[in-house]
Amino acid sequence: MTDEQKLAKFEARILAGEKIEPKDWMPEAYSKTLLRQMSQHAHSEVIGMQPESNWVLRAPSLRAKKILLAKIQDEGGHGLYLYSAAETFGIDRAEMIEQLQTGKAKYSSVFNYPTLNWADIGAIGWLVDGAAIVNQTMLAKCSYGPYSRAMIRICKEEGFHQRQGYEIMAKMMTGTAAQKEMAQDAMNRWWWPALMMFGPHDAESVHTSESMRWKIKVESNDKLRQRFVNRTVEQAHHIGLTVPDANLKYNKETMNWEFSEINWDEFWAVVKGNGPCNHQRMAHHIKYHNEGAWVREAAIAYENKLQQKQKTTV
Amino acid sequence: MNTKEALYNFCLRLADNNIVLGQRLAEWCSRGPILEEDLAMTNISLDLFGEAESMYEYATTLVNNNSTADHLAFLRSEREYFNNLLVEQPNGDFAQTMMKQVLFSAFAKHLYEALCNSNDETLKGLAAKALKETKYHLRHSSEWIIRFGNGTEESMRRTQFALNELWRFTDDMFVMNEVDEELISMGISFNLNDIQAKWKFTISEIFAEANLQMPEATNIIKGGSKGIHTEHLGHLLCEMQYLQRAHPGATW
Ligand SMILES: [Fe+2]
Ligand SMILES: [Fe+2]
Repeated sequence: MTDEQKLAKFEARILAGEKIEPKDWMPEAYSKTLLRQMSQHAHSEVIGMQPESNWVLRAPSLRAKKILLAKIQDEGGHGLYLYSAAETFGIDRAEMIEQLQTGKAKYSSVFNYPTLNWADIGAIGWLVDGAAIVNQTMLAKCSYGPYSRAMIRICKEEGFHQRQGYEIMAKMMTGTAAQKEMAQDAMNRWWWPALMMFGPHDAESVHTSESMRWKIKVESNDKLRQRFVNRTVEQAHHIGLTVPDANLKYNKETMNWEFSEINWDEFWAVVKGNGPCNHQRMAHHIKYHNEGAWVREAAIAYENKLQQKQKTTV
Repeated sequence: MNTKEALYNFCLRLADNNIVLGQRLAEWCSRGPILEEDLAMTNISLDLFGEAESMYEYATTLVNNNSTADHLAFLRSEREYFNNLLVEQPNGDFAQTMMKQVLFSAFAKHLYEALCNSNDETLKGLAAKALKETKYHLRHSSEWIIRFGNGTEESMRRTQFALNELWRFTDDMFVMNEVDEELISMGISFNLNDIQAKWKFTISEIFAEANLQMPEATNIIKGGSKGIHTEHLGHLLCEMQYLQRAHPGATW
């Protein structure tokens, strides 16, 4: 078969709704895009542990502490799961981590914002995991089998995170004046970064059209963002939080909540490395990765010695 | 001291050990040497918080003051905490963290095993549940110690150093006072000297496999069960109790 025939067959399979598996033929651009996206997704899960771990030691109750720790553990587990899904492209985790640390691979920009009060933990669960669910529910329908399956599994846990985050906000909104202030402050700081998670407008997104044809993406950024806004605005109002957007209004005809233009200068500044925590997040990752080097070396040395022993005793 | 008071104090001692060590392990969150280990430490930390919570809850049933597990965790000062000095020590490197875990989990394992025969039904149940988790914690940490002791020169050096640093705090786990006297007389708890002998045997086996030298007993420090701590505990509690102290009466 010529490459053109292979491509035609590949596209026909996708059109028919079949999943592509690692051993199947696929165009290079397909595997390249997916690897980029999946490793970025894995890195996001791992880097996302940092802003949340910032409050683990200060969680205000035993219950809150356990829920937060378990959530962060879930995110790390998502990272592990996605790294192995990305490894189906023949790259190993160590190489992906190197790409992250040299800036060749990216992670979600939303984690370049700081967690400044306890309500930020609520806001992350509710808004950031909430936005992630909308995106990942879409990705569960993507054409690449290992990614699609990873998303189905991960989405279930994200649902818990979202509800637990919302619960933190709801509780604080029925609490003291100081608690309400913290919750609104967190809302004000996380609302826009959460909307930015869906990426640029469709017209400006470089990867969109090919990704849509190959079902790497099955819905557009703007459509997903609108779905998230519609869902979230009512949840905010329900507990008395104000959405920090003076132009927010409900359109009865389209049944959409219309919102202001995103500050794209800020969006691109953070993507390009100039967000409040870009440097901190990467420095943290590199520091602890390097400090753990002797542990990894010792584990390998021990394994080698064990194998040697087995050889000599056989 | 009557039996109820002694049991209350004893529950705090057990719970305080768990919460303080859990807090220390949680410090590793997002800082582990590999992702799997990051998660393993979080896992152990979660177990310990869970154990602490149920032991605090039991303690609250022994006094009539409407206190909750959260009150006990977040509103007592360092002089009212009865954990052993070992668990409050800073994490140091990963070898020190695993060494601390081995030394503590081996103690907890033998103590919980004994408490599975306690005359107090609730304590017996709590010990049985904690024992299962503790066995896993001990296995996990001792595997690392053995790996390090047979790994690289650096890992051997760090692990021996960890043992030398932490050894001074181990006697503190076996100190008995009027709480133990009362509970032993009622068959609720047991002689910690016997626990110590078993503990010594368990860790000696692990350390032999890890080619570690038993350190000399110098500068032995005790005081946890009297609420006399090292300087580290105050900082740990300060951070842990921050929100509860800053917003009295608020619920979260
Ligand atoms: Fe996740
Ligand atoms: Fe999540």
